[in-house]
Amino acid sequence: MTATQNQAPRLAIQGLDVSFATDAGDVHAVDGVSLEVAPGEILAIVGESGSGKSVTARAVLGLLPETAESSGAVIVSGTDLVGLSAARMRALRGEDVSMIFQEPSSALNPVFPIWWQLGEGLRAHRPKITKKEIRAEAVRALESVGIPDAAERIDRYPHEFSGGQKQRIMIAMALALGAELIVADEPTTALDVTVQAEILGLLREIRESHGTSIIVITHNMGVVADLADSVAVMYHGRIIERAGVRELFASPREEYTQKLLAAVPHLGRNSAWTALEPAQQQAIDAAEPVVVAKDLVIEYPGRMGKPAFRAVKGVDFQIRAGEVYGLVGESGSGKTTIGRAIAGLERTTGGSLSVLGHEMNGMREKAFKPLRRRIGFVFQDPATSFNPHLTIEQCIAEPLIVHEQQLGPVERGKRVRSLLEAVELPGTYAERYPHELSGGQRQRISLARALVLEPELLIADEPTSALDVSVQATVLDLFRELQTRLGFAALFISHDLAVVDSLAHRIGVLFRGDLVEDGHGPDVLQRPTHEYTRKLIASLPVPDPIEQEKRRVAFAAEWGRSTRA
Amino acid sequence: MTLSNPEPVGEGDPGATALSAEAGAVAARRGTPWYLRLPIISHLRSSVGLQRGMLLTGTVLVGILLLTALFAPVLAPYGFAETGVDGTRFGTQQPPSAAHPLGTTVTGFDVLSRVIWGTRTAVAVMACAVAASLFLGVALGLLSGYVGGWLDRLLVMVADAVYAFPSLLLAIVMSIVISGGQSNAWGGIAAAAISITVVFIPQYFRVIRAEVVRLKAEPFVEAAKVVGTGHHRIMGTHLLRNATRTLPLIFTLNASESILTLAALGFLGFGIEPTSASEWGYDLNRAMADATSGIWWTGMFPGIAIALAVLGVTLVGESINDLNDPRLRTRRRRRTPRRTAQKQVRA
Repeated sequence: MTATQNQAPRLAIQGLDVSFATDAGDVHAVDGVSLEVAPGEILAIVGESGSGKSVTARAVLGLLPETAESSGAVIVSGTDLVGLSAARMRALRGEDVSMIFQEPSSALNPVFPIWWQLGEGLRAHRPKITKKEIRAEAVRALESVGIPDAAERIDRYPHEFSGGQKQRIMIAMALALGAELIVADEPTTALDVTVQAEILGLLREIRESHGTSIIVITHNMGVVADLADSVAVMYHGRIIERAGVRELFASPREEYTQKLLAAVPHLGRNSAWTALEPAQQQAIDAAEPVVVAKDLVIEYPGRMGKPAFRAVKGVDFQIRAGEVYGLVGESGSGKTTIGRAIAGLERTTGGSLSVLGHEMNGMREKAFKPLRRRIGFVFQDPATSFNPHLTIEQCIAEPLIVHEQQLGPVERGKRVRSLLEAVELPGTYAERYPHELSGGQRQRISLARALVLEPELLIADEPTSALDVSVQATVLDLFRELQTRLGFAALFISHDLAVVDSLAHRIGVLFRGDLVEDGHGPDVLQRPTHEYTRKLIASLPVPDPIEQEKRRVAFAAEWGRSTRA
Repeated sequence: MTLSNPEPVGEGDPGATALSAEAGAVAARRGTPWYLRLPIISHLRSSVGLQRGMLLTGTVLVGILLLTALFAPVLAPYGFAETGVDGTRFGTQQPPSAAHPLGTTVTGFDVLSRVIWGTRTAVAVMACAVAASLFLGVALGLLSGYVGGWLDRLLVMVADAVYAFPSLLLAIVMSIVISGGQSNAWGGIAAAAISITVVFIPQYFRVIRAEVVRLKAEPFVEAAKVVGTGHHRIMGTHLLRNATRTLPLIFTLNASESILTLAALGFLGFGIEPTSASEWGYDLNRAMADATSGIWWTGMFPGIAIALAVLGVTLVGESINDLNDPRLRTRRRRRTPRRTAQKQVRA
């Protein structure tokens, strides 16, 4: 949409500069940022972590920590916020600017009912408001964001709502005071893809009905393509490119933007299965299975008097030698549980799970231990999966110390260095500590540790979900390259269909503990048989505004108005 | 007590930039020589303003305490149990004079010598008590947290029971049980130390257990399990080294508490005999009657010694606590080159 002419911008940032005082001296987080947001415009700020996009957005609400010092001007509806007194700032928040946070579950106070929380802002701005009025306002606010039975549900507590509904409530809170500008910091990152589509639809609807300007901070280029009118690309605290969304995706000007866009995996563009030669495809199909699950059931024991929670409800699948099996599903679908069960971190309760010829149902740690050396595991969060007191060399050598005690320290060092080379890191990194590396480097180290014993089976649990898009692309390339060279079988767990498709030969889709779809990449993506798979594919935003608009129309036609789901 | 966890550096976190810079600072510290990375010295280097003042005062006081204890025979004019020199008695309750700068007590001891020798007892009890409770508490906490199940429940219950007892009462009972009423120097010190130990073990136990329970679920421990690492190695290499970060803090706070408990025991008459070692609490007790008759020097100086020792150790502990937590640490104000630049433009 085009900004209405002859109208003052709703937000104007001029030469904003933010620095943090830290132990290592000053950190210049935002370096002379200037931008404007017109009324009713949706602006997406994209960039890698550390590029200053969150700090910029927080400066708009004056939500910077004490160690920060800012200069420049942030003008919201004619008022400069930099250096504004706390009282004036409070008056402005809510009525002019409001914010939606990344994690809706931690942004709501768990001990108060919803109407009370919605009333917080109302009370602050209208001290004489009565309880009755607050409740009436709360019902109206919840209805406006599409929560059914609002009159009854305002008395409920946050934990009684799902993640998507909590995010709707956050949006309702932002709207309750009639804010004309909403800052949304990664509003859908913590949500599942299908819920994300609903929230994005709701934001779009609000813009249309209220004329609200929205600043969306995100790293997901699909979200940008789906929602934004214009995009600002941030890099090292500066805005390097500002353009309309179609221009940006069609012809990015800056080299950095081009790289960023190229790194985004695009659903169905480069399927791993179709990239294989027919002979290779046949070889994989004919190979012996290394993991066989038959009617696999995994339960978590319930608390006193409550029945056990069934995380996996009778799943059948096979992973063949040399095959990459991608497991996709929403949070709570049981995908991680299956991965952990294969690694012996979780006990199975029913059915049969055979890993490298060993039955896991009723397994004993002693009997399984020799098999552990044939299995590697890559964890989701590279920040916490290393002992912070050990050097990289010690971390990678840990499996060697346990399983190959005859190796001397010199040989161990040699093995570690050759592995570092394999994951494309310099050998000098062996002496460093995990916190001295970036997230992407740490995930490479994680791969190296998993591969040091040359396993036959590798389990990767969302290995790239904590990484930036461009870093994710390089780690995925590395994974692909190592898999082709070493030929191990792999279980690749992810919530991102596009990532899984670019890597996995076969894809299984999990839905609430059931495997609803299982087949080669192109079959699953182009001819999905199950309703859920079709919805999952349709709600995944593709990083292309024109294509995404068509998909959105198709989605609305099939599943009705997305926001009233 | 704050048990700060290593938070993953995330975009949504307002302190993220500060945290990542923290990591950079840690990295930078690796290049500095080892003696600058010792606990208190590195803290001194990273502190500013009031926090630095507190830490400096504490360090100086603790330094004086330790040096006095070390050089007590040189510094003290007389022995702690001497009531006279070469057959001449000092006299009782003498006011401060050239021969006795701080006067003498009701039993005829030299107050200055008693105060100086008292540092030895205080430091010895402090060291024994804290060391013993540290090892036992850490070992039990590690085991209890890692093994879990019924052992954990049992140990936690026992620790809670000990915790629920008034600590001084427990110390009195222990000192009677251990020393049986009579005591020589080392027997008395050991009795006092062990009775304090019993009170402190639950503190270390709880802190370490809580950390281990948290760390047990961390991916890096699971990563070790996936590899097939044995229990001993997981406990020793992966859990212990990460769980002990808060120990220096409890260590210093307990040290000051142990001085107070020792003094209280001595004051109540369960401490060390005056002829086996000098002990401030006992001296205070004997000085009680003096205070009302205008003899101020017998009680004041042991009292000041207790207060300064406790103050010093507590200051060190509290400042380390504040400095270890990035949210509590104050930092040097940012220099603002921009303002000067603007001035130049205007000029």
